[in-house]
Amino acid sequence: MNSGAMPQEPAEGWAVRRARRGLWALAGERLLEGLIYLCGISAIVFVLGIFFFVFREAFPVLGKENFSLTQFLFSEQWYPTSATNKRYGVLAMIAGTLSVTALAMVLAVPFGLGAAIYISEFCGSRVKETLKIVIELLAAIPSVVWGFVGLTVMSRLIVQYTGAPVGVNILNGGIILALMSVPIIVSIGEDALKAVPDQYREAGIALGATRWQLVWRVLLPAAKTGLLAAVLLGVGRAVGETMAVLMATGHAVHIPHSLLDSVRTLTANIAAELGEAPEGSDHYRVLFLTGVLLFTLTFIVNLTADFIVRGIRKK
Amino acid sequence: MMDLSITTRDLNLWYAKFQALRQVSVEIKHGLITSLIGPSGCGKTTLLRCFNRVNERYGYVTTTGEIRILGKNIYDPDVSLVELRKSVGMVFQRPNPLPLSVYENVVFGLRIHGERHELERARLDEAVEKALSEVGLWDDLKDRLDTKASTLQLEQQQKLCIARLLPLKPEVILLDEPCSALDVDGTRAIEELLFSLKGRYTMLIVTHNMAQARRASDECLYMLLGEIVEHRRTEDLFLHPQDPRTAEYIEGRYG
Repeated sequence: MNSGAMPQEPAEGWAVRRARRGLWALAGERLLEGLIYLCGISAIVFVLGIFFFVFREAFPVLGKENFSLTQFLFSEQWYPTSATNKRYGVLAMIAGTLSVTALAMVLAVPFGLGAAIYISEFCGSRVKETLKIVIELLAAIPSVVWGFVGLTVMSRLIVQYTGAPVGVNILNGGIILALMSVPIIVSIGEDALKAVPDQYREAGIALGATRWQLVWRVLLPAAKTGLLAAVLLGVGRAVGETMAVLMATGHAVHIPHSLLDSVRTLTANIAAELGEAPEGSDHYRVLFLTGVLLFTLTFIVNLTADFIVRGIRKK
Repeated sequence: MMDLSITTRDLNLWYAKFQALRQVSVEIKHGLITSLIGPSGCGKTTLLRCFNRVNERYGYVTTTGEIRILGKNIYDPDVSLVELRKSVGMVFQRPNPLPLSVYENVVFGLRIHGERHELERARLDEAVEKALSEVGLWDDLKDRLDTKASTLQLEQQQKLCIARLLPLKPEVILLDEPCSALDVDGTRAIEELLFSLKGRYTMLIVTHNMAQARRASDECLYMLLGEIVEHRRTEDLFLHPQDPRTAEYIEGRYG
Protein backbone atom coordinates (compact mmCIF):
# COMPACT_ATOMS: atom_id res chain seq x y z
CA MET A 1 0.00 0.00 0.00
CA ASN A 2 2.89 2.22 0.77
CA SER A 3 4.15 2.02 -2.76
CA GLY A 4 0.64 2.79 -4.02
CA ALA A 5 0.56 6.08 -2.14
CA MET A 6 3.83 7.23 -3.62
CA PRO A 7 2.73 8.38 -7.05
CA GLN A 8 -0.10 10.43 -5.61
CA GLU A 9 2.22 12.96 -4.09
CA PRO A 10 3.32 14.64 -7.31
CA ALA A 11 -0.33 14.74 -8.33
CA GLU A 12 -1.19 16.67 -5.20
CA GLY A 13 1.68 19.02 -5.77
CA TRP A 14 0.41 19.65 -9.24
CA ALA A 15 -3.10 20.33 -7.93
CA VAL A 16 -1.79 22.84 -5.43
CA ARG A 17 0.14 24.67 -8.13
CA ARG A 18 -2.95 24.77 -10.30
CA ALA A 19 -5.01 26.28 -7.50
CA ARG A 20 -2.41 29.00 -7.12
CA ARG A 21 -3.24 30.31 -10.55
CA GLY A 22 -5.83 32.41 -8.82
CA LEU A 23 -9.57 32.60 -8.94
CA TRP A 24 -9.62 35.25 -11.63
CA ALA A 25 -7.65 33.16 -14.06
CA LEU A 26 -9.87 30.19 -13.41
CA ALA A 27 -13.07 32.17 -13.68
CA GLY A 28 -11.81 33.76 -16.89
CA GLU A 29 -11.13 30.40 -18.36
CA ARG A 30 -14.59 29.14 -17.40
CA LEU A 31 -16.13 32.22 -18.94
CA LEU A 32 -14.24 31.75 -22.17
CA GLU A 33 -15.19 28.10 -22.33
CA GLY A 34 -18.80 29.05 -21.81
CA LEU A 35 -18.64 31.69 -24.54
CA ILE A 36 -17.07 29.31 -27.03
CA TYR A 37 -19.72 26.74 -26.18
CA LEU A 38 -22.43 29.31 -26.81
CA CYS A 39 -20.92 30.20 -30.17
CA GLY A 40 -20.81 26.54 -31.02
CA ILE A 41 -24.44 25.78 -30.32
CA SER A 42 -25.75 29.13 -31.54
CA ALA A 43 -25.93 27.82 -35.10
CA ILE A 44 -28.36 25.13 -34.02
CA VAL A 45 -30.36 27.56 -31.91
CA PHE A 46 -30.68 30.05 -34.75
CA VAL A 47 -31.74 27.47 -37.31
CA LEU A 48 -34.34 26.01 -35.00
CA GLY A 49 -35.47 29.49 -34.00
CA ILE A 50 -35.94 30.66 -37.56
CA PHE A 51 -37.78 27.50 -38.47
CA PHE A 52 -39.99 27.88 -35.40
CA PHE A 53 -40.98 31.49 -36.06
CA VAL A 54 -41.59 31.02 -39.75
CA PHE A 55 -43.64 27.92 -39.07
CA ARG A 56 -45.60 29.65 -36.30
CA GLU A 57 -46.70 32.36 -38.71
CA ALA A 58 -47.62 29.79 -41.35
CA PHE A 59 -49.24 27.14 -39.17
CA PRO A 60 -52.79 28.54 -38.60
CA VAL A 61 -53.59 28.51 -42.30
CA LEU A 62 -53.18 24.74 -42.48
CA GLY A 63 -56.39 24.24 -40.53
CA LYS A 64 -58.58 26.62 -42.56
CA GLU A 65 -61.31 24.92 -44.65
CA ASN A 66 -60.73 27.16 -47.69
CA PHE A 67 -57.06 26.08 -47.80
CA SER A 68 -55.73 22.69 -48.83
CA LEU A 69 -52.11 21.63 -48.84
CA THR A 70 -52.50 19.65 -52.06
CA GLN A 71 -53.87 22.73 -53.76
CA PHE A 72 -50.99 24.75 -52.38
CA LEU A 73 -48.39 22.34 -53.77
CA PHE A 74 -50.00 21.16 -57.00
CA SER A 75 -52.15 24.00 -58.32
CA GLU A 76 -50.83 26.77 -60.47
CA GLN A 77 -53.68 29.07 -59.54
CA TRP A 78 -52.28 31.94 -57.51
CA TYR A 79 -55.06 34.44 -56.80
CA PRO A 80 -54.45 35.58 -53.24
CA THR A 81 -56.31 38.87 -53.62
CA SER A 82 -59.34 37.72 -55.57
CA ALA A 83 -62.50 39.13 -54.00
CA THR A 84 -64.64 36.06 -54.52
CA ASN A 85 -62.44 33.03 -54.97
CA LYS A 86 -59.02 33.17 -53.35
CA ARG A 87 -56.70 30.42 -54.55
CA TYR A 88 -53.21 29.75 -53.22
CA GLY A 89 -51.31 27.41 -55.58
CA VAL A 90 -47.56 27.81 -55.86
CA LEU A 91 -46.83 25.12 -58.45
CA ALA A 92 -45.97 27.75 -61.04
CA MET A 93 -43.53 29.36 -58.62
CA ILE A 94 -41.94 26.00 -57.82
CA ALA A 95 -41.54 25.44 -61.55
CA GLY A 96 -40.08 28.94 -61.85
CA THR A 97 -37.54 28.41 -59.09
CA LEU A 98 -36.52 25.01 -60.41
CA SER A 99 -36.19 26.13 -64.02
CA VAL A 100 -34.16 29.24 -63.26
CA THR A 101 -31.94 27.30 -60.84
CA ALA A 102 -31.45 24.48 -63.33
CA LEU A 103 -30.45 26.84 -66.12
CA ALA A 104 -28.14 28.75 -63.80
CA MET A 105 -26.41 25.52 -62.78
CA VAL A 106 -26.08 24.27 -66.37
CA LEU A 107 -24.22 27.49 -67.11
CA ALA A 108 -22.37 27.99 -63.85
CA VAL A 109 -21.09 24.49 -63.01
CA PRO A 110 -18.91 23.93 -66.09
CA PHE A 111 -17.69 27.51 -66.02
CA GLY A 112 -17.09 27.55 -62.28
CA LEU A 113 -15.32 24.21 -62.09
CA GLY A 114 -13.33 25.00 -65.22
CA ALA A 115 -12.21 28.29 -63.72
CA ALA A 116 -11.36 26.59 -60.42
CA ILE A 117 -9.21 24.01 -62.24
CA TYR A 118 -7.51 26.71 -64.29
CA ILE A 119 -6.74 28.87 -61.26
CA SER A 120 -5.53 26.01 -59.14
CA GLU A 121 -3.54 23.99 -61.68
CA PHE A 122 -2.74 25.85 -64.86
CA CYS A 123 -2.10 29.54 -64.44
CA GLY A 124 0.96 31.29 -63.11
CA SER A 125 0.99 32.91 -59.71
CA ARG A 126 0.43 36.45 -60.94
CA VAL A 127 -2.59 35.55 -63.05
CA LYS A 128 -3.83 33.51 -60.13
CA GLU A 129 -3.75 36.42 -57.70
CA THR A 130 -5.43 38.73 -60.18
CA LEU A 131 -8.16 36.24 -60.98
CA LYS A 132 -8.86 35.51 -57.36
CA ILE A 133 -9.26 39.20 -56.58
CA VAL A 134 -11.54 39.75 -59.56
CA ILE A 135 -13.65 36.75 -58.61
CA GLU A 136 -13.98 37.99 -55.07
CA LEU A 137 -15.11 41.32 -56.47
CA LEU A 138 -17.68 39.49 -58.54
CA ALA A 139 -18.97 37.83 -55.38
CA ALA A 140 -19.19 41.17 -53.62
CA ILE A 141 -21.55 42.81 -56.10
CA PRO A 142 -24.92 43.31 -54.36
CA SER A 143 -27.73 41.25 -55.81
CA VAL A 144 -29.83 44.31 -56.57
CA VAL A 145 -27.08 45.49 -58.89
CA TRP A 146 -27.18 42.16 -60.68
CA GLY A 147 -30.93 42.56 -60.95
CA PHE A 148 -30.40 45.98 -62.44
CA VAL A 149 -28.00 44.54 -65.02
CA GLY A 150 -30.57 41.87 -65.84
CA LEU A 151 -33.38 44.38 -66.14
CA THR A 152 -31.53 46.75 -68.44
CA VAL A 153 -28.50 45.30 -70.24
CA MET A 154 -29.38 41.59 -70.44
CA SER A 155 -33.02 42.22 -71.16
CA ARG A 156 -32.22 44.42 -74.14
CA LEU A 157 -29.67 41.95 -75.49
CA ILE A 158 -32.11 39.06 -75.17
CA VAL A 159 -34.85 40.92 -77.02
CA GLN A 160 -32.38 41.91 -79.71
CA TYR A 161 -30.85 38.48 -80.30
CA THR A 162 -33.66 36.03 -79.60
CA GLY A 163 -36.64 38.02 -80.70
CA ALA A 164 -38.45 37.31 -77.45
CA PRO A 165 -41.32 39.68 -76.71
CA VAL A 166 -39.98 40.46 -73.25
CA GLY A 167 -36.37 40.34 -72.14
CA VAL A 168 -37.06 39.45 -68.54
CA ASN A 169 -37.44 35.68 -68.49
CA ILE A 170 -35.84 32.37 -67.48
CA LEU A 171 -32.87 32.93 -69.75
CA ASN A 172 -32.18 36.32 -68.25
CA GLY A 173 -32.64 35.17 -64.65
CA GLY A 174 -30.61 32.01 -65.29
CA ILE A 175 -27.67 33.91 -66.70
CA ILE A 176 -27.73 36.44 -63.88
CA LEU A 177 -27.95 33.68 -61.28
CA ALA A 178 -25.15 31.79 -63.00
CA LEU A 179 -22.96 34.89 -62.82
CA MET A 180 -23.77 35.16 -59.13
CA SER A 181 -23.08 31.48 -58.39
CA VAL A 182 -19.84 31.19 -60.35
CA PRO A 183 -17.71 33.05 -57.76
CA ILE A 184 -18.90 30.71 -55.01
CA ILE A 185 -18.25 27.62 -57.10
CA VAL A 186 -14.84 28.92 -58.14
CA SER A 187 -13.61 29.84 -54.69
CA ILE A 188 -14.89 26.70 -52.92
CA GLY A 189 -13.81 24.51 -55.84
CA GLU A 190 -10.36 26.06 -55.86
CA ASP A 191 -10.03 25.44 -52.13
CA ALA A 192 -11.00 21.82 -52.70
CA LEU A 193 -8.34 21.39 -55.38
CA LYS A 194 -5.75 23.20 -53.30
CA ALA A 195 -6.46 20.77 -50.48
CA VAL A 196 -5.45 17.80 -52.63
CA PRO A 197 -2.08 16.73 -51.24
CA ASP A 198 0.81 17.62 -53.51
CA GLN A 199 2.09 14.06 -53.28
CA TYR A 200 -0.78 12.93 -55.51
CA ARG A 201 0.35 15.37 -58.16
CA GLU A 202 3.93 14.21 -57.84
CA ALA A 203 2.82 10.59 -58.13
CA GLY A 204 0.90 11.35 -61.29
CA ILE A 205 3.63 13.46 -62.83
CA ALA A 206 6.30 10.89 -62.04
CA LEU A 207 4.19 8.27 -63.81
CA GLY A 208 4.24 10.45 -66.89
CA ALA A 209 0.74 11.90 -66.74
CA THR A 210 0.09 15.00 -68.80
CA ARG A 211 -1.57 17.95 -67.12
CA TRP A 212 -4.97 16.97 -68.38
CA GLN A 213 -4.58 13.37 -67.33
CA LEU A 214 -3.49 14.62 -63.95
CA VAL A 215 -6.59 16.78 -63.60
CA TRP A 216 -8.97 14.19 -64.96
CA ARG A 217 -7.66 11.04 -63.35
CA VAL A 218 -6.08 12.25 -60.13
CA LEU A 219 -7.31 15.63 -58.99
CA LEU A 220 -10.99 15.31 -59.80
CA PRO A 221 -11.35 11.95 -58.03
CA ALA A 222 -9.35 13.27 -55.10
CA ALA A 223 -11.31 16.49 -54.77
CA LYS A 224 -14.77 15.26 -55.70
CA THR A 225 -16.35 15.81 -52.29
CA GLY A 226 -15.12 19.38 -52.14
CA LEU A 227 -16.16 20.05 -55.71
CA LEU A 228 -19.60 18.62 -55.01
CA ALA A 229 -19.87 20.90 -52.00
CA ALA A 230 -18.94 23.82 -54.25
CA VAL A 231 -21.67 22.95 -56.72
CA LEU A 232 -24.28 22.49 -54.00
CA LEU A 233 -23.42 25.79 -52.38
CA GLY A 234 -23.93 27.29 -55.80
CA VAL A 235 -27.33 25.60 -56.01
CA GLY A 236 -28.15 26.91 -52.55
CA ARG A 237 -27.29 30.42 -53.62
CA ALA A 238 -29.39 30.09 -56.75
CA VAL A 239 -32.45 28.70 -54.95
CA GLY A 240 -32.32 31.33 -52.23
CA GLU A 241 -31.51 34.36 -54.36
CA THR A 242 -34.36 36.85 -54.37
CA MET A 243 -33.75 40.38 -55.51
CA ALA A 244 -31.92 39.64 -58.75
CA VAL A 245 -34.44 37.07 -59.92
CA LEU A 246 -37.32 39.28 -58.89
CA MET A 247 -36.00 41.91 -61.27
CA ALA A 248 -34.76 39.66 -64.05
CA THR A 249 -37.37 36.94 -64.50
CA GLY A 250 -40.47 38.93 -65.32
CA HIS A 251 -42.58 37.95 -62.33
CA ALA A 252 -45.32 36.17 -64.27
CA VAL A 253 -47.18 33.38 -62.46
CA HIS A 254 -47.16 30.80 -65.18
CA ILE A 255 -45.63 27.38 -65.80
CA PRO A 256 -42.86 27.99 -68.36
CA HIS A 257 -42.69 26.16 -71.68
CA SER A 258 -39.51 27.66 -73.08
CA LEU A 259 -36.44 29.51 -71.91
CA LEU A 260 -37.95 32.74 -73.13
CA ASP A 261 -41.02 32.55 -70.87
CA SER A 262 -41.29 34.85 -67.89
CA VAL A 263 -41.62 33.16 -64.54
CA ARG A 264 -41.92 33.99 -60.88
CA THR A 265 -39.83 32.25 -58.24
CA LEU A 266 -40.87 31.32 -54.71
CA THR A 267 -38.47 33.83 -53.22
CA ALA A 268 -39.47 36.68 -55.49
CA ASN A 269 -43.12 36.01 -54.71
CA ILE A 270 -42.53 36.35 -50.99
CA ALA A 271 -40.45 39.49 -51.38
CA ALA A 272 -42.95 41.17 -53.65
CA GLU A 273 -46.16 40.33 -51.81
CA LEU A 274 -45.34 40.19 -48.12
CA GLY A 275 -45.43 43.96 -47.86
CA GLU A 276 -48.98 44.12 -49.22
CA ALA A 277 -50.43 41.21 -47.29
CA PRO A 278 -52.19 42.30 -44.09
CA GLU A 279 -50.55 40.75 -41.05
CA GLY A 280 -52.39 37.64 -39.92
CA SER A 281 -54.41 37.25 -43.12
CA ASP A 282 -54.50 33.98 -45.04
CA HIS A 283 -52.39 35.55 -47.76
CA TYR A 284 -49.76 36.51 -45.19
CA ARG A 285 -49.75 33.03 -43.71
CA VAL A 286 -49.52 31.32 -47.11
CA LEU A 287 -46.47 33.42 -47.88
CA PHE A 288 -44.88 32.18 -44.69
CA LEU A 289 -45.83 28.67 -45.71
CA THR A 290 -43.92 29.31 -48.94
CA GLY A 291 -40.99 30.18 -46.70
CA VAL A 292 -41.35 26.83 -44.98
CA LEU A 293 -41.39 25.17 -48.40
CA LEU A 294 -38.17 26.95 -49.41
CA PHE A 295 -36.65 25.97 -46.12
CA THR A 296 -37.57 22.33 -46.77
CA LEU A 297 -36.18 22.49 -50.31
CA THR A 298 -32.78 23.77 -49.22
CA PHE A 299 -32.79 21.32 -46.32
CA ILE A 300 -33.33 18.44 -48.75
CA VAL A 301 -30.54 19.71 -51.03
CA ASN A 302 -28.13 19.97 -48.12
CA LEU A 303 -29.11 16.62 -46.69
CA THR A 304 -28.66 14.87 -50.04
CA ALA A 305 -25.31 16.54 -50.41
CA ASP A 306 -24.35 15.32 -46.97
CA PHE A 307 -25.35 11.76 -47.77
CA ILE A 308 -23.54 11.79 -51.09
CA VAL A 309 -20.42 13.18 -49.49
CA ARG A 310 -20.55 10.57 -46.76
CA GLY A 311 -21.15 7.82 -49.30
CA ILE A 312 -18.11 8.93 -51.25
CA ARG A 313 -15.98 9.06 -48.13
CA LYS A 314 -16.91 5.54 -47.13
CA LYS A 315 -15.93 4.21 -50.51
CA MET B 1 32.61 -3.90 -68.09
CA MET B 2 28.97 -3.58 -67.21
CA ASP B 3 26.42 -1.62 -69.16
CA LEU B 4 25.69 1.85 -67.93
CA SER B 5 22.13 2.93 -67.31
CA ILE B 6 22.63 6.55 -66.40
CA THR B 7 25.59 8.79 -67.00
CA THR B 8 25.76 12.44 -66.12
CA ARG B 9 28.40 14.92 -67.21
CA ASP B 10 29.09 18.25 -65.55
CA LEU B 11 25.60 18.46 -64.16
CA ASN B 12 24.87 21.73 -62.36
CA LEU B 13 21.56 22.71 -60.87
CA TRP B 14 20.33 25.92 -59.28
CA TYR B 15 17.23 26.58 -57.22
CA ALA B 16 16.91 30.24 -58.15
CA LYS B 17 20.32 31.55 -57.01
CA PHE B 18 21.25 28.62 -54.81
CA GLN B 19 23.48 26.04 -56.48
CA ALA B 20 22.37 22.58 -55.34
CA LEU B 21 24.47 20.40 -57.65
CA ARG B 22 28.05 21.13 -58.72
CA GLN B 23 29.73 19.47 -61.66
CA VAL B 24 28.18 16.09 -60.98
CA SER B 25 29.54 13.37 -63.23
CA VAL B 26 28.48 9.85 -62.36
CA GLU B 27 27.99 6.54 -64.07
CA ILE B 28 25.27 4.30 -62.75
CA LYS B 29 25.56 0.67 -63.74
CA HIS B 30 22.69 -1.27 -65.17
CA GLY B 31 20.77 -3.68 -62.97
CA LEU B 32 22.43 -2.73 -59.72
CA ILE B 33 21.14 -0.99 -56.66
CA THR B 34 23.05 2.24 -56.13
CA SER B 35 22.55 4.18 -52.96
CA LEU B 36 23.01 7.92 -52.53
CA ILE B 37 24.11 8.96 -49.06
CA GLY B 38 25.19 12.20 -47.50
CA PRO B 39 24.06 14.71 -44.90
CA SER B 40 20.77 16.58 -45.25
CA GLY B 41 20.84 19.20 -47.95
CA CYS B 42 23.76 17.65 -49.81
CA GLY B 43 21.74 17.38 -53.00
CA LYS B 44 21.09 13.67 -53.15
CA THR B 45 17.33 14.01 -53.54
CA THR B 46 17.87 16.84 -56.00
CA LEU B 47 20.12 14.60 -58.09
CA LEU B 48 17.58 11.80 -57.95
CA ARG B 49 14.81 14.12 -59.07
CA CYS B 50 16.88 15.17 -62.08
CA PHE B 51 16.75 11.72 -63.55
CA ASN B 52 13.05 11.93 -64.37
CA ARG B 53 13.09 15.73 -64.56
CA VAL B 54 10.35 15.91 -61.97
CA ASN B 55 12.10 18.81 -60.23
CA GLU B 56 11.23 21.01 -63.19
CA ARG B 57 7.71 21.38 -61.81
CA TYR B 58 9.05 24.33 -59.94
CA GLY B 59 9.70 27.10 -62.36
CA TYR B 60 12.80 28.43 -60.61
CA VAL B 61 15.05 25.45 -61.35
CA THR B 62 17.86 25.79 -63.90
CA THR B 63 20.07 22.96 -65.02
CA THR B 64 23.20 22.73 -67.15
CA GLY B 65 25.14 19.70 -68.25
CA GLU B 66 24.04 16.38 -69.54
CA ILE B 67 22.24 13.29 -68.29
CA ARG B 68 22.19 10.30 -70.57
CA ILE B 69 19.71 7.56 -69.86
CA LEU B 70 19.76 4.62 -72.29
CA GLY B 71 22.22 6.56 -74.37
CA LYS B 72 19.99 9.57 -74.86
CA ASN B 73 20.49 12.97 -73.31
CA ILE B 74 17.29 13.64 -71.40
CA TYR B 75 17.77 17.38 -71.73
CA ASP B 76 17.66 17.24 -75.52
CA PRO B 77 14.81 19.37 -76.80
CA ASP B 78 13.17 16.46 -78.61
CA VAL B 79 12.90 14.32 -75.49
CA SER B 80 9.35 13.48 -74.49
CA LEU B 81 8.87 13.89 -70.76
CA VAL B 82 6.05 11.38 -70.87
CA GLU B 83 8.30 8.72 -72.42
CA LEU B 84 11.14 9.57 -70.06
CA ARG B 85 8.95 9.18 -67.01
CA LYS B 86 7.55 5.94 -68.37
CA SER B 87 11.02 4.42 -68.39
CA VAL B 88 12.22 6.12 -65.22
CA GLY B 89 9.81 5.38 -62.38
CA MET B 90 9.86 7.01 -58.99
CA VAL B 91 8.97 5.98 -55.44
CA PHE B 92 8.56 8.69 -52.84
CA GLN B 93 9.40 9.18 -49.22
CA ARG B 94 5.85 8.91 -48.03
CA PRO B 95 3.83 6.21 -49.75
CA ASN B 96 1.60 8.13 -52.14
CA PRO B 97 -0.90 5.78 -53.72
CA LEU B 98 -3.41 7.73 -55.76
CA PRO B 99 -6.86 8.22 -54.24
CA LEU B 100 -8.20 5.30 -56.26
CA SER B 101 -8.64 1.58 -55.77
CA VAL B 102 -5.71 -0.82 -55.56
CA TYR B 103 -6.53 -2.06 -59.04
CA GLU B 104 -6.71 1.40 -60.56
CA ASN B 105 -3.44 2.37 -58.94
CA VAL B 106 -1.64 -0.49 -60.64
CA VAL B 107 -3.17 0.12 -64.06
CA PHE B 108 -2.89 3.91 -63.82
CA GLY B 109 0.25 3.95 -65.94
CA LEU B 110 -1.32 1.77 -68.60
CA ARG B 111 -4.43 3.90 -68.67
CA ILE B 112 -2.55 7.12 -69.26
CA HIS B 113 -0.02 5.70 -71.73
CA GLY B 114 -1.74 2.72 -73.27
CA GLU B 115 -3.25 2.48 -76.70
CA ARG B 116 -6.92 1.70 -76.67
CA HIS B 117 -6.45 -1.95 -77.60
CA GLU B 118 -4.16 -2.43 -74.63
CA LEU B 119 -6.88 -1.43 -72.24
CA GLU B 120 -9.01 -4.53 -72.53
CA ARG B 121 -10.09 -5.79 -69.17
CA ALA B 122 -8.28 -9.11 -69.57
CA ARG B 123 -4.96 -7.41 -70.29
CA LEU B 124 -5.34 -5.06 -67.37
CA ASP B 125 -6.24 -7.94 -65.06
CA GLU B 126 -3.16 -9.77 -66.20
CA ALA B 127 -0.98 -6.71 -65.63
CA VAL B 128 -2.37 -6.25 -62.12
CA GLU B 129 -1.75 -9.85 -61.16
CA LYS B 130 1.76 -9.77 -62.57
CA ALA B 131 2.75 -6.50 -60.94
CA LEU B 132 1.26 -7.34 -57.55
CA SER B 133 2.85 -10.80 -57.61
CA GLU B 134 6.21 -9.27 -58.34
CA VAL B 135 6.04 -7.11 -55.23
CA GLY B 136 4.54 -9.89 -53.14
CA LEU B 137 1.13 -8.29 -52.60
CA TRP B 138 -1.00 -10.52 -54.79
CA ASP B 139 -1.86 -13.13 -52.17
CA ASP B 140 -2.80 -10.49 -49.61
CA LEU B 141 -4.78 -8.25 -51.91
CA LYS B 142 -6.25 -10.39 -54.67
CA ASP B 143 -9.65 -10.42 -52.96
CA ARG B 144 -9.70 -6.70 -52.23
CA LEU B 145 -8.53 -5.08 -55.41
CA ASP B 146 -11.44 -2.68 -55.18
CA THR B 147 -10.60 -1.28 -51.77
CA LYS B 148 -9.17 2.18 -51.64
CA ALA B 149 -5.39 2.10 -51.71
CA SER B 150 -5.16 4.61 -48.88
CA THR B 151 -6.72 2.09 -46.48
CA LEU B 152 -3.79 -0.33 -46.81
CA GLN B 153 -0.98 -0.51 -44.30
CA LEU B 154 1.93 1.82 -45.06
CA GLU B 155 4.18 -1.04 -46.04
CA GLN B 156 1.60 -2.36 -48.47
CA GLN B 157 1.07 1.15 -49.82
CA GLN B 158 4.76 1.53 -50.51
CA LYS B 159 4.88 -1.85 -52.24
CA LEU B 160 1.88 -0.79 -54.27
CA CYS B 161 3.74 2.37 -55.27
CA ILE B 162 6.51 0.15 -56.60
CA ALA B 163 4.02 -2.21 -58.24
CA ARG B 164 2.34 0.56 -60.19
CA LEU B 165 5.62 1.33 -61.96
CA LEU B 166 6.13 -2.20 -63.22
CA PRO B 167 3.42 -2.46 -65.92
CA LEU B 168 5.24 0.34 -67.75
CA LYS B 169 8.38 -1.79 -67.88
CA PRO B 170 10.70 0.89 -66.57
CA GLU B 171 14.44 0.85 -67.09
CA VAL B 172 15.24 2.73 -63.92
CA ILE B 173 13.47 2.97 -60.57
CA LEU B 174 14.28 5.98 -58.40
CA LEU B 175 13.55 5.62 -54.70
CA ASP B 176 13.60 8.68 -52.45
CA GLU B 177 14.02 7.41 -48.90
CA PRO B 178 11.39 4.75 -49.52
CA CYS B 179 11.54 3.33 -46.00
CA SER B 180 11.66 6.46 -43.88
CA ALA B 181 7.91 6.28 -43.14
CA LEU B 182 8.00 2.56 -42.35
CA ASP B 183 8.81 0.54 -39.26
CA VAL B 184 11.56 -2.06 -38.99
CA ASP B 185 9.53 -4.87 -40.54
CA GLY B 186 8.30 -2.67 -43.33
CA THR B 187 11.84 -1.52 -44.05
CA ARG B 188 13.06 -5.08 -44.22
CA ALA B 189 10.19 -6.06 -46.50
CA ILE B 190 10.95 -3.23 -48.92
CA GLU B 191 14.66 -4.01 -48.90
CA GLU B 192 13.94 -7.64 -49.68
CA LEU B 193 11.65 -6.54 -52.46
CA LEU B 194 14.35 -4.31 -53.95
CA PHE B 195 16.72 -7.23 -53.77
CA SER B 196 14.32 -9.44 -55.68
CA LEU B 197 13.92 -6.79 -58.38
CA LYS B 198 17.67 -6.44 -58.82
CA GLY B 199 19.05 -7.29 -62.22
CA ARG B 200 15.88 -6.39 -64.08
CA TYR B 201 15.77 -2.76 -63.08
CA THR B 202 18.44 -0.23 -62.31
CA MET B 203 17.60 1.14 -58.90
CA LEU B 204 18.79 4.31 -57.24
CA ILE B 205 17.95 4.76 -53.62
CA VAL B 206 18.39 7.90 -51.56
CA THR B 207 18.75 7.08 -47.91
CA HIS B 208 19.59 8.73 -44.62
CA ASN B 209 20.20 5.38 -43.10
CA MET B 210 23.79 4.31 -43.58
CA ALA B 211 23.06 0.81 -42.37
CA GLN B 212 20.46 0.53 -45.06
CA ALA B 213 22.86 1.72 -47.73
CA ARG B 214 25.28 -0.87 -46.53
CA ARG B 215 22.75 -3.70 -46.44
CA ALA B 216 20.79 -2.99 -49.54
CA SER B 217 23.05 -1.50 -52.19
CA ASP B 218 25.75 -2.71 -54.54
CA GLU B 219 27.31 0.65 -55.16
CA CYS B 220 27.30 3.74 -53.05
CA LEU B 221 27.58 7.40 -53.89
CA TYR B 222 28.62 9.81 -51.17
CA MET B 223 27.62 13.41 -51.73
CA LEU B 224 28.48 16.57 -49.86
CA LEU B 225 27.42 20.17 -50.61
CA GLY B 226 26.18 19.29 -54.06
CA GLU B 227 29.29 17.42 -55.14
CA ILE B 228 30.04 13.76 -55.55
CA VAL B 229 32.78 12.94 -53.09
CA GLU B 230 33.11 9.26 -53.67
CA HIS B 231 31.44 6.58 -55.76
CA ARG B 232 32.50 2.98 -55.31
CA ARG B 233 31.27 -0.46 -54.46
CA THR B 234 29.36 -0.20 -51.20
CA GLU B 235 31.63 -2.64 -49.42
CA ASP B 236 34.75 -0.74 -50.40
CA LEU B 237 33.28 2.62 -49.59
CA PHE B 238 32.39 1.58 -46.08
CA LEU B 239 35.52 -0.44 -45.37
CA HIS B 240 38.16 1.60 -47.13
CA PRO B 241 36.91 5.09 -47.84
CA GLN B 242 39.37 6.96 -50.02
CA ASP B 243 38.34 10.47 -49.18
CA PRO B 244 38.78 11.69 -45.62
CA ARG B 245 35.37 13.40 -45.78
CA THR B 246 33.70 10.07 -46.53
CA ALA B 247 35.58 8.44 -43.71
CA GLU B 248 34.42 11.09 -41.27
CA TYR B 249 30.82 10.82 -42.42
CA ILE B 250 30.58 7.06 -42.18
CA GLU B 251 32.20 7.16 -38.79
CA GLY B 252 29.43 9.48 -37.74
CA ARG B 253 31.48 12.60 -37.07
CA TYR B 254 28.95 14.78 -38.88
CA GLY B 255 25.70 14.52 -40.84
